[in-house]
Amino acid sequence: MAGFNKVVHSYEDAMAGLQDGMTVIAGGFGLCGIPEGLIARIKEMKTKDLTVVSNNCGVDGFGLGILLEDRQIKKMVASYVGENALFEKQLLNGELEVELTPQGTLAEKMRAGGAGIPAFFTATGYGTPVAEGKETREIDGRHYVLEPAITGDFAIVRAWKADRYGNLVFRHTSMNFNPMAATAGKITVAEVEEIVEQGELDPSQIHTPGIYVQRVIKGNFEKRIERRMVRQG
Amino acid sequence: MALSREQVAMRVAQELQDGYYVNLGIGIPTLVANYVPAGIEVMLQSENGLLGMGPYPTEAELDADMINAGKETVTAIKGAAIFSSAESFAMIRGGHVDLTVLGAFEVDQNGNIASWMIPGKLVKGMGGAMDLVAGAQNIVVTMTHADKYGNSKLLSDCTLPLTGVGCVKKIVTDLAVLEVREGAFHLLERAPGISVEEIQQKTAGKLVITGDIPEMVFN
Repeated sequence: MAGFNKVVHSYEDAMAGLQDGMTVIAGGFGLCGIPEGLIARIKEMKTKDLTVVSNNCGVDGFGLGILLEDRQIKKMVASYVGENALFEKQLLNGELEVELTPQGTLAEKMRAGGAGIPAFFTATGYGTPVAEGKETREIDGRHYVLEPAITGDFAIVRAWKADRYGNLVFRHTSMNFNPMAATAGKITVAEVEEIVEQGELDPSQIHTPGIYVQRVIKGNFEKRIERRMVRQG
Repeated sequence: MALSREQVAMRVAQELQDGYYVNLGIGIPTLVANYVPAGIEVMLQSENGLLGMGPYPTEAELDADMINAGKETVTAIKGAAIFSSAESFAMIRGGHVDLTVLGAFEVDQNGNIASWMIPGKLVKGMGGAMDLVAGAQNIVVTMTHADKYGNSKLLSDCTLPLTGVGCVKKIVTDLAVLEVREGAFHLLERAPGISVEEIQQKTAGKLVITGDIPEMVFN
């Protein structure tokens, strides 16, 4: 059974093998559901020329934004990157390459990557700059763009609960891109709030089956809120 | 007088029907949630993976793991469902969302929309807008009829890079409600006190005016 014990006890072990020039797929939407400790570990490792695939690139000083501080990201694939002054600066200086990808297409690229589908047709982006240079096809009178799948050398995700088998359960909307990201990494590392005893997770309630996950580490999360909105109650 | 942001939202809210699943964009579209007509039930979809979005939380309910597509903290209503981004866009792309309301820089008489990129200015990204316009059964665009210099935003051809082609069905501006079909803007209603002449003058694309154009009615 040792083969199915995916729990590691240090961030060094969690991100072992990450090298310059690799592609890292990261779960999260804004600052919600991001693997904070794994990102911090990548900063510590000073790994360079990374291609990072994630819906956003954090904010200044938090989340994936901290990987910009030492220019560790060569290329960012994201749907929206507006939250970040350093990002803007590096983009305008030409130090950072960006591939803007529609949010649903990005999610599907990860899903397809993990599911062994090399590319898919979508109506999203047809007739827009996103379709430039891509194959298009008319099917039943509608126009579609061929979008290639994405896989990563690493995928880093945040989950709520995991067991030693790497089965994952996400909490509320911190699920977002995490389940697809988890399927698309050659090495998928899950940073989780709680590691529960084997058998404790209901098999029918697992969001990400452990087959996709190579390493699990228990993290401590700040869970910073990007836009704190409250009503009187 | 031109409509306020709230009045535009109130007019858009009249498009809601009982049982609709609705995705509201950021800005004026978000305000539509405040004006859902009495006696009808709609379910708000937030593309980060929430169907059944509720109001902002109280201090006690505040939860970093519970946000909307604008990255604001929110709540879920009874009957809500939470799912992944791929599932969320499957329901959007698959045409399961009944109505999408979003803002735009420009629309044209062929239903094309430009809402994400102004060349020469920093491009922050399209987020989910391209998926939403490509997938929704029914798209209502909210915008001011003209920019602050008086230049029309309802054009014969969009000048900015597009978000989607041939997808806009209806437009609610601060001056008018228009339908887009057969290569023209069809004027349906005008804001109270706004003349057809003013709307004509501020519409650069082809405008079709049939008969008397009624004023919008707010309850």
